[in-house]
Amino acid sequence: MDCVSLRYDVSGSNFAAAGSATEDVRKHLKMLGVKGEDIRRIAIAMYEAEINMVIHAGGGVAEVVIYVDKIVVKLIDQGKGIADIEQAMQPGFSTASEEIRQLGFGAGMGLPNMKKYTDEFLVESEVGKGTTVTMAVYFG
Amino acid sequence: MKIKDIVEILQGELISGEELADKEVLTACASDMMSDVLAFVKEQSVLITGLCNPQVIRTAEMMEMCCIVFVRGKRPDQMMIDAAKAKGIALIAAPHRMFLSCGLLFEKGLKAEF
Repeated sequence: MDCVSLRYDVSGSNFAAAGSATEDVRKHLKMLGVKGEDIRRIAIAMYEAEINMVIHAGGGVAEVVIYVDKIVVKLIDQGKGIADIEQAMQPGFSTASEEIRQLGFGAGMGLPNMKKYTDEFLVESEVGKGTTVTMAVYFG
Repeated sequence: MKIKDIVEILQGELISGEELADKEVLTACASDMMSDVLAFVKEQSVLITGLCNPQVIRTAEMMEMCCIVFVRGKRPDQMMIDAAKAKGIALIAAPHRMFLSCGLLFEKGLKAEF
């Protein structure tokens, strides 16, 4: 199988549509016959990242490459960036507004969930410039 | 337990997913915070929540859950119902609050994984 490359524009203004890129990736993985738990792991991680991009960064771009043995997802935004990545990685730490909490997010579990469910996880961020999250899940 | 049993135990209403009424469900998780739901990768069947917006349907889909119970009398709008139908997820509206809803279902055999 050749690798499959996918690219999505994630809208920063449409909360209801947040997750649609992840939904499409799930469909591709299902079609390719990837194991259920592996699909769930990357779906959770990418969905959390997509939600983060919508609620914190005003949207961005998701680049996905599916290989025979793994999937690599890169989410790139030009948002406000993360001042202290170590702090942001603490379960329960969140800067989300009350409005976002009422929508069911902002529990401070986004980044920890992404790290927990992926085999490779990297956050690069610069305040005022944006954040890039790169994640990989190996198919087992 | 079947999805139709949940409707009966909670004195709720099956809003959509009639074709799933006889589907067997074993485990559930309950939260109003979707990231808490996403924090467990184990396969679960039922999401019990007081949150009522399109991301609840999306979260259930990501977790491959087949049934959502809205507690405290919350009712999904048509957009959510259409999305759930397209994804094969049954929607139940239940009148009780979260703790009571969970208790009733647990007592009748719906479990959670440790």
